[in-house]
Amino acid sequence: MGNGAKKFMYVNRRAPYGTIYALEGLEVVLIGAAFDQDVCMAFVDDGVFQLKKGQDTNESNMKNFSPTYRALGDYDVNKLYVEKESLEQRGMSEDDLLELTYEDEEDDYKEKPSIRIVNKEELADLMEQQDVILNY
Amino acid sequence: MKFGILVNEGPYQHQASDTAFNFTKAALDKGHDIVRVFFYHDGVNNGTRLTTPPQDDRNLVNQWSELAKEHELDLVVCVAAAQRRGIVDEDEAKRHGKNADNIAEGFHISGLGQLIEMGIKADRVMAFGD
Repeated sequence: MGNGAKKFMYVNRRAPYGTIYALEGLEVVLIGAAFDQDVCMAFVDDGVFQLKKGQDTNESNMKNFSPTYRALGDYDVNKLYVEKESLEQRGMSEDDLLELTYEDEEDDYKEKPSIRIVNKEELADLMEQQDVILNY
Repeated sequence: MKFGILVNEGPYQHQASDTAFNFTKAALDKGHDIVRVFFYHDGVNNGTRLTTPPQDDRNLVNQWSELAKEHELDLVVCVAAAQRRGIVDEDEAKRHGKNADNIAEGFHISGLGQLIEMGIKADRVMAFGD
């Protein structure tokens, strides 16, 4: 990451298939990765469903794009903050989410989890630190 | 201040484009710079010249085109979002074998990199949508 990189946060608030926001939001993240900025993602409200494991869209004629989240680690997008309260309100826990990892090049390429569960105060602090917030 | 403007919803269905337009105009009137206006999601529908609202209503597409002409604004429509929704310029029409284009004056089609670059260059990004 070059000096002067900006802090970008992509905030995902919607379920993955009812609208196109989640899919097109993910496209921004993948393209944005080429710009070498300090990037993170946040998942709140119904946005936590985007990371649910075992998604099956066969009978809905929608493209299942959840495997794409696995590629994020290779794009150096490895800070995925999931809001604890949003999970709890939906009867979910971290165990319901995709197991997403990245290789930490500053720690002998050890495989580490990309998903971090944060409460809403912690997420508010993180938002406060950002330069650019794009939310879908 | 340098503003980047992101419009995420189409015209008429949603207030986003009106508010973005009013904000952009007010910012320019106060002497601020607009780095770019980027149209994403259904926001790309702000860029079709085939839009024909009733005569007693505002024509948002023309408003954007005129503002762009007056202030040399960079109005960018996302190519991927535009392809899904049938917004095409001459090049895109040729590339995909379509028999017409519909991009409005002052708009041009480009990639999502333009959105990220806008975020890097602007002091503030203002997003308009839900």
